[in-house]
Amino acid sequence: MAVTDTINSTLRKVPAWAIYVAGFLYAAWYFYLGLTGGLGVEPINTLERKYGLTAIQLIIAGLAVTPLRRWANINLMKFRRAIGVTAFFFVLAHFCVWALLDVQTLARVWADILKRPYITIGMGAFLLLIPLAATSNNLSVRKLGPKWRQLHKLVYPAAILAAIHFIWLVKGFPWEPFIYAGIIAVLLALRLVPKKRRQPAPRRATT
Amino acid sequence: MAYRWKNDLTHADVTPKAAWLNRRQIMAGAAGLGAGFGAASIAGSASAQDALEPNPLEDITSYNNFYEFGTGKEDPMRYADQMEISPWSITVDGLCDNPGEYSLGELTEGLTTEERIYRFRCVEAWSMVVPWNGIELGDVLAKLGPKPEAKFVAFETTVQPENMPGVRRNVIPFPYVEGLRMDEAMHPLAMLATGLYGEPMPKQNGAPIRLVVPWKYGFKSIKSIVRISFVEEQPPATWNIINPNEYGFYSNVNPLHSHPRWSQESERVIGGGLFSSRQPTLMFNGYSEVAPLYEDMDLDVYF
Ligand code: HEM
Repeated sequence: MAVTDTINSTLRKVPAWAIYVAGFLYAAWYFYLGLTGGLGVEPINTLERKYGLTAIQLIIAGLAVTPLRRWANINLMKFRRAIGVTAFFFVLAHFCVWALLDVQTLARVWADILKRPYITIGMGAFLLLIPLAATSNNLSVRKLGPKWRQLHKLVYPAAILAAIHFIWLVKGFPWEPFIYAGIIAVLLALRLVPKKRRQPAPRRATT
Repeated sequence: MAYRWKNDLTHADVTPKAAWLNRRQIMAGAAGLGAGFGAASIAGSASAQDALEPNPLEDITSYNNFYEFGTGKEDPMRYADQMEISPWSITVDGLCDNPGEYSLGELTEGLTTEERIYRFRCVEAWSMVVPWNGIELGDVLAKLGPKPEAKFVAFETTVQPENMPGVRRNVIPFPYVEGLRMDEAMHPLAMLATGLYGEPMPKQNGAPIRLVVPWKYGFKSIKSIVRISFVEEQPPATWNIINPNEYGFYSNVNPLHSHPRWSQESERVIGGGLFSSRQPTLMFNGYSEVAPLYEDMDLDVYF
């Protein structure tokens, strides 16, 4: 337990806003690289993918908070909101790069959202996250009470849609999207493990 | 017969060597950000033969699909130098008069190498302009003596697991195979390229010899060829096998037939920076002279 104690006490000293700052600087740094040739000769697609990948990584990080506390005794609770909001920020940046820099015209943005299933699914994930981002403040938590927790379970379907989005958009059979989908599946499955530690012993057949 | 097709421009006309060695217009159109959304920002003026300026060497050699080396666009640049290309031997077999093992020199002996600046349109909706050096495919095939029964010609890429990380990870089935109908292969636009910008072919671009079929999506232009086969039936083509709904055997550039996952109506020219606008994609990638090959075909069925 000594290790987790050290981790937890170190983490207590890190303010949650550091996540927002780091997230913003990270996104801005990649944008700057894109501007100055640091993302290769096709920066638009590279930036779009970078933001999307960071978004799914942060969604996974957010989903890992509860299991980490339950099974590893690591307490990241105080960062959870910042992780979630930063994840949304990257989804938004991902969407903006796609719509403004990649697709470029409103007509094609619409056409792609309606006609391309992997875009439709990504859009679904994005829309599900909007109410979560909008209610990630103390006032909403207080006002919504128990409904707040219910509402924020929307992150589960959003994560599933994001995983499908990732698998669907690749060519060939790279392993990466399947690893991400696997991690998300495990993190969601862990939530199905009953809270009570003691389970009834399996009954023997006596015939 | 060489020189059956003529460039409107050569890179000597438009780009001094010092310029193509450098990155061009990194930040072209930074002002485009605001104008981008909503307005029809497709560059409408870019007609087929307008100012066909080759991409700088850096664009052409650092943004490639060559899955033998990995699925990332920069993987070929990173790993292709491991590929063994000398000696190089090409197996010619099937329905022809002169089958056998050919060295690169034997295959190209007596044929004229010329430069051709072609647009290159990837099925992923990006494009480049490449100054290839090579030989008309028809000249090579004629030398190999196809029999009248040969209706198609098939190609195969080298497989070197020990030198190719993508092959070791089996990211797609290997060897990579492609094919053309015989009349397509004999069209004067089709070429076997052995270099670009007047230098030997960089490995990531398919050294030492690759196909270039400028009116088809890039994946038809198979790289690092080790086998040429004359066959009677339509031969297998790798992406067509992997996903026949998305990649047809013909795969002619066609803005009207969209890929199920994205539109083919427009493309982005590589090298324009973060705010480069899309260009309309042209039927047959602008090479309308190939249209007679497909005169009585429904290109939505035979896409
Ligand atoms: C929760 C929401 C979303 C997440 C987590 C997400 C995540 C991702 C990831 C991980 C990638 C692949 C990155 C890589 O290849 O390394 C990606 C690519 C992409 N996403 Fe999303 N995405 C989301 C929503 C959206 C939305 C709303 C759109 C557009 C409406 C969109 C459009 C795209 C496109 C166009 C690509 C790149 C496809 C390509 O390179 O050809 N995504 N996204």
